[in-house]
Amino acid sequence: MNGIPISHILFVSTALFFIGIYGMFTRRNLITMLMAIELMLNSVNINFVVFNKYLWPGKLDGVFFTIFIITIAAAEAAVAIAIIINLYRNHQSIDVEDAVELKH
Amino acid sequence: MTASQIIFYFIAAFILGCGLLAMTTRKIFRSAVWLLFSLIGVSALYFWLQVEFLAAVQIVVYVGGIVVLIIFSVFLTQQSGKEMPKAPLTRTISSILAVLFGFAFTYSLIYKTNFQTANANFDADVSRIGTQMLNTGDQGFALPFEVVSILLLAAMIGCIVIAMKSSSHLPKEKSTVSKPEL
Repeated sequence: MNGIPISHILFVSTALFFIGIYGMFTRRNLITMLMAIELMLNSVNINFVVFNKYLWPGKLDGVFFTIFIITIAAAEAAVAIAIIINLYRNHQSIDVEDAVELKH
Repeated sequence: MTASQIIFYFIAAFILGCGLLAMTTRKIFRSAVWLLFSLIGVSALYFWLQVEFLAAVQIVVYVGGIVVLIIFSVFLTQQSGKEMPKAPLTRTISSILAVLFGFAFTYSLIYKTNFQTANANFDADVSRIGTQMLNTGDQGFALPFEVVSILLLAAMIGCIVIAMKSSSHLPKEKSTVSKPEL
């Protein structure tokens, strides 16, 4: 199908997922951590679509999962940004190291 | 190598390169723009897979919605030209090692698995997607559709409640420092 084996597409999604994990580990800024989460969600979406197309072409379940994941990711990003802006109002910073009130 | 294969490898390199730059550049605004290009690359990959509806949804929701939200919040919360502090060297090295090990482990599993690809024609028409989405029968997705609509409503109300300025809960806000309104 298109001359590309499925493992090459899975390589892309796996690499994208681990790039997101790398960003999650190294960044300490809430907005960039949110971006890392978006990258990971996108790699999962690629996986769903590719498995649907290559392994079960008669069904559409992977496409539906992708649509719902995109919807929930949008809701999640909106809530996360509301929280980030509220945190910035109280702390003048969105670094996770500065949010220590619940630490003790 | 056919044109389709060349296009796929080009799209793959574009997604991974932009994603890597988004996660490593130290200016937060550039990071958001690289993320934008990476998401456009994912949308191109959906076009390449001939799932045009998802590609359109990806552009509308991610590129037009989420990235714009992220850029807004970057502008609201910090100086976009300022560089972010570098992560400590030990953290960078250990996360690179963890990521490389995880990637090698996962991809070796994928590489060894023998996927039974079916050769039937994949047909993701918008009409087919819409019929199945609102179908209440055996294969229908009407219930998750409704649940997601409730979730979106809840998220919208939640955002408003969280971001609303409540003077009673924030006595610090009343202090003499006059801050520009967010």
